[in-house]
Amino acid sequence: MTEELSKYPLELTGGDVPMVRFKNVTKQYGDLVVLDSLNLDVAEGEMVAIIGPSGSGKTTVLRMLMTLETINGGVIYVDGQPLTHMHHHGRLVRASNRYLRQMRSNIGMCFQHFNLFPHMTALENCMEGPVHVLGLSKAEARERAENLLDLVGMSDKRDQHPSRLSGGQQQRVAIARAMAMRPKVMLFDEVTSALDPEVIGEVTNVIRKLVSEHNLTMLMVTHQMGFAKDISDRVCFFFDGKIEEQGAPDELFGNPKKERTQQFLSAVKEAV
Amino acid sequence: MFDWRWDFTAEILPRLIIATGNTLLAAGLGYAIAIVLGLILALAQRTPYRALTMTVREAVEFIRSTPLVLQIFFVFYVGPQFGVRLSPWVAGMIAIGLHYAAYLSEVYRGGLESVPKGQWEAATSLNLSTARTYFRIVIPQALPPSLAGMGNYLVGIFKDTPMLSVIGVAELMHTANAIGSESYRFLEPYTLVGVIFLMISLPSAALIRTFEAWVRRKLGMS
Repeated sequence: MTEELSKYPLELTGGDVPMVRFKNVTKQYGDLVVLDSLNLDVAEGEMVAIIGPSGSGKTTVLRMLMTLETINGGVIYVDGQPLTHMHHHGRLVRASNRYLRQMRSNIGMCFQHFNLFPHMTALENCMEGPVHVLGLSKAEARERAENLLDLVGMSDKRDQHPSRLSGGQQQRVAIARAMAMRPKVMLFDEVTSALDPEVIGEVTNVIRKLVSEHNLTMLMVTHQMGFAKDISDRVCFFFDGKIEEQGAPDELFGNPKKERTQQFLSAVKEAV
Repeated sequence: MFDWRWDFTAEILPRLIIATGNTLLAAGLGYAIAIVLGLILALAQRTPYRALTMTVREAVEFIRSTPLVLQIFFVFYVGPQFGVRLSPWVAGMIAIGLHYAAYLSEVYRGGLESVPKGQWEAATSLNLSTARTYFRIVIPQALPPSLAGMGNYLVGIFKDTPMLSVIGVAELMHTANAIGSESYRFLEPYTLVGVIFLMISLPSAALIRTFEAWVRRKLGMS
């Protein structure tokens, strides 16, 4: 795909540079357009909830930001710097693996199915990145991991392997693992969708705690409308690869303007 | 009844036991080569370089589709025509190591593919390098499902070591042949070789299963 990249700035400067900026980002698999020229800014410290029917491209937004998916058009910026692209003789070119590794350190992610490393204990899961990527000593990494496991209420299970933990417990360890890398942006991809109803609360409470105690920028794909409503600063409703409607949670949930948003919200309400 | 001589049996037993040491050494060395080389062959097929993956793929297929004894002869007798003069041991280890590396690479390939994609994604999200992801995350998880296949080929390589006798490696079969041609008695040496192979092969299967369970427990995956 040839695209005129010169129309995008090499970096974002000025007074209010967003922590994350999607600029005309397009993602397609063959003929299927998953995201169509997406524009989205997320300010530093902002919590954005992404909702929408399945297949609307909402998970893809997070996966592109984590560099798990390449993009087919546009540019993503993180903290003012291009993520998907890099400078090369004063022009933007596709990011190299080396550049991606450097930029990726700004971002952490939690997954629907936790994806903990099964052959490591909870503590080892949280120490792996800090020791082998950030270069912390074992003692430093251990201290950091123990503090975070304490934060998510998993201190007493630190020496357990994931197979001995419930889904809610695994997800809390996964949150601690991601936080141990000290990312600027945290991504939560349907982190409660694979959980039994009675343990959803323990995970959402941890996220609430992160929101209130840390100045993290967060993007969260969720089906928990109530949770999205009372935790986020802004809600984006995705439909068919586009942001159909976005706004403050009270506004979007209380008084949706677009017909598709209304349909989606009433369908979700009926299901509960 | 047939003519079995116990005094002759007792006389040749020490020689055969010494040769058993060589057989175990050959199997062990060959297997060590195969384990490492097999992993390299498996990983090479997972790189994004198409020319490399195709070449390795074809080489593995070629090795698996031709007889081991031919490969042993080839390395030992054809090598010198190209100026590569190898001792029977070295030639034998290269041939049998390479042969079993091809088989083991297929076992590894299956094991590596069984590791869920989510593990790779988690490793990427923690910014682990590809090499570290393989050695710290993926290979440890690919190991337990590979162990049964690896164990089969350990017994396999052990039972294939007699083929090294064709180039003069002094292992069990070679020694039994030597005893036979010296004394014109073949019944006792060949029977003893069979018994020795049986006594080593049979418990190995149980040992491998125990080892597999131990590895799974050790990795917290049981």
